[in-house]
Amino acid sequence: MLDLILEPLQYAFMVRGFAAAVMVGIVSAVVGTYVVLRGMAFFGDALAHSILPGVAVGYLVGGGAREPLFWWALLAAILSALGIGTISRSTKIKEDTAIGIIFAGTFALGVALISTVRSYTVDLTHFLFGDVLGVRNNDLWLIAIFGGLALLLILAFYKEFMVLSFDPVLAATLRLPARLLEFLLLILIAITIVVSLQTVGVALMVAMLVTPAATAYLLTKRLPVMMVLAAMIASFSGIVGLYVSYYWSIASGSAIVLVCTAIFGVVWGIQAIVLRVRMRN
Amino acid sequence: MSILKEIKKTTMHLGRQQRHSHDVDAPILSAEKLFMRYENGPALADISFSLREGERLAIVGPNGAGKSTLLKIIAGVQDQTSGQIQIFGHAPDGHICIAYVPQRNQVDWNFPVTVADVAMMGRIGKLGLFRNPKSHDWDIVHHALDVVKLENFAKRQIDQLSGGQQQRMFIARALAQEAELMLMDEPMTGLDITAQEDIFNILDELREQDVTILISLHDLKMASERFDRVMLLNKRMLAIGPAEASLSPENLLKAYGGHLQLVSTDKGILALGDTCCEGEH
Repeated sequence: MLDLILEPLQYAFMVRGFAAAVMVGIVSAVVGTYVVLRGMAFFGDALAHSILPGVAVGYLVGGGAREPLFWWALLAAILSALGIGTISRSTKIKEDTAIGIIFAGTFALGVALISTVRSYTVDLTHFLFGDVLGVRNNDLWLIAIFGGLALLLILAFYKEFMVLSFDPVLAATLRLPARLLEFLLLILIAITIVVSLQTVGVALMVAMLVTPAATAYLLTKRLPVMMVLAAMIASFSGIVGLYVSYYWSIASGSAIVLVCTAIFGVVWGIQAIVLRVRMRN
Repeated sequence: MSILKEIKKTTMHLGRQQRHSHDVDAPILSAEKLFMRYENGPALADISFSLREGERLAIVGPNGAGKSTLLKIIAGVQDQTSGQIQIFGHAPDGHICIAYVPQRNQVDWNFPVTVADVAMMGRIGKLGLFRNPKSHDWDIVHHALDVVKLENFAKRQIDQLSGGQQQRMFIARALAQEAELMLMDEPMTGLDITAQEDIFNILDELREQDVTILISLHDLKMASERFDRVMLLNKRMLAIGPAEASLSPENLLKAYGGHLQLVSTDKGILALGDTCCEGEH
């Protein structure tokens, strides 16, 4: 048993993968708490997809080099976060429609750009589904710094984000800078998506934001506890997912997401049974 | 979006600067020639009135009369089309002494916070950015919960409260905010008589502390019995004054048209209720 656990650790790429999966799990679960509570899952999904053109441009400009991709992705994510935020505020179009338009349009642009390169399918797959085993030390630093920054900001604005999410009218009567805070939250989600890009890719990103936080939501009714639980579930899923990926040769990003989903399913199932038993008594 | 306004709010929140000062000579609330126009027509027209400190005013009128809109404009949460609102001689958006008690269905009761957490939200404007509640703030919160008789529920999840308790929790939040003007949107809707009495008992206590209270209501009988003055609203202000004068049969017919049943008895004319709540819940 111990051998089974230790064996993958002799490979440096696995160790780096574990480190990345745990860090990404913590950041995306904590930020994801607000995504779940505010009903922004569709926004998160769209934002993740809409960074594809940014990644593609960086990829083309850098001639396939991977260093600049992070910064291009960050730029694209922040621009689309602000774009979606602005459009949905300033036109008659409802927010989810605005998100849909930007989501599909930018995603198509990204695929179009990447398709001009010959090794298109392989590269596209990495962007879509992640490549956590290809993470390098440099990437780990970027994840640590930007992920840490996102966590710090969530902590610093904890009470403001809580009020804004629970009762926006109260936030207004307390004269909080509600719009700035909302944009800040969008940017934090954008940063989270970018640091998670290599781990799960844009297509599965929303699962990292939503699934652990939703599982934690079922288990507790206190916000700080929900954040900690979600972070624990997510990092645990990252580790187990990588083992599953190693031993069964499953794509790492999908293995992590499948473990998250399985945990959610188990918790949800147990709760449904408990509720039914209680109702009967 | 008015970036300057947001930045001003941020610096106010950051530095805990003194908000608008209170002119002692000015009335706690004065509205002058207030107009509100939406795309599909006028919502409020030519509203002028003022309130004395410690006064209790009921706003009654049919659905769509603009009661909620008026309360939100007074709270400084929504901007009027024209006209002026002054709180102690200054525009409402610089005050944090105005509490807005939302309709109960405006809030997600599954949000993971406790009763005490919600009451503490009222203090966030006073706390300012990057400052956590001190024991002094918790004292105020627990005292507020004591006043509304929810001290035993402080650690409960908000989804465990009855309708009356939910409403009392919001009053506690307004007390924690140290509000001098309390705006309540349909607080009695859906509550049984005991729960309504509990709230009136609290309001009586608040009157001794000179808290001024503005409540929108559907119950004409309650408005006429429990308030200093009654405003009859249907986009225009049809009357304001003691109930006997403002709720005269002519005024009521003007406000409600055919929706109101008036019955003549030997003691005078009885109004048998308004159009309350069709499709509202």
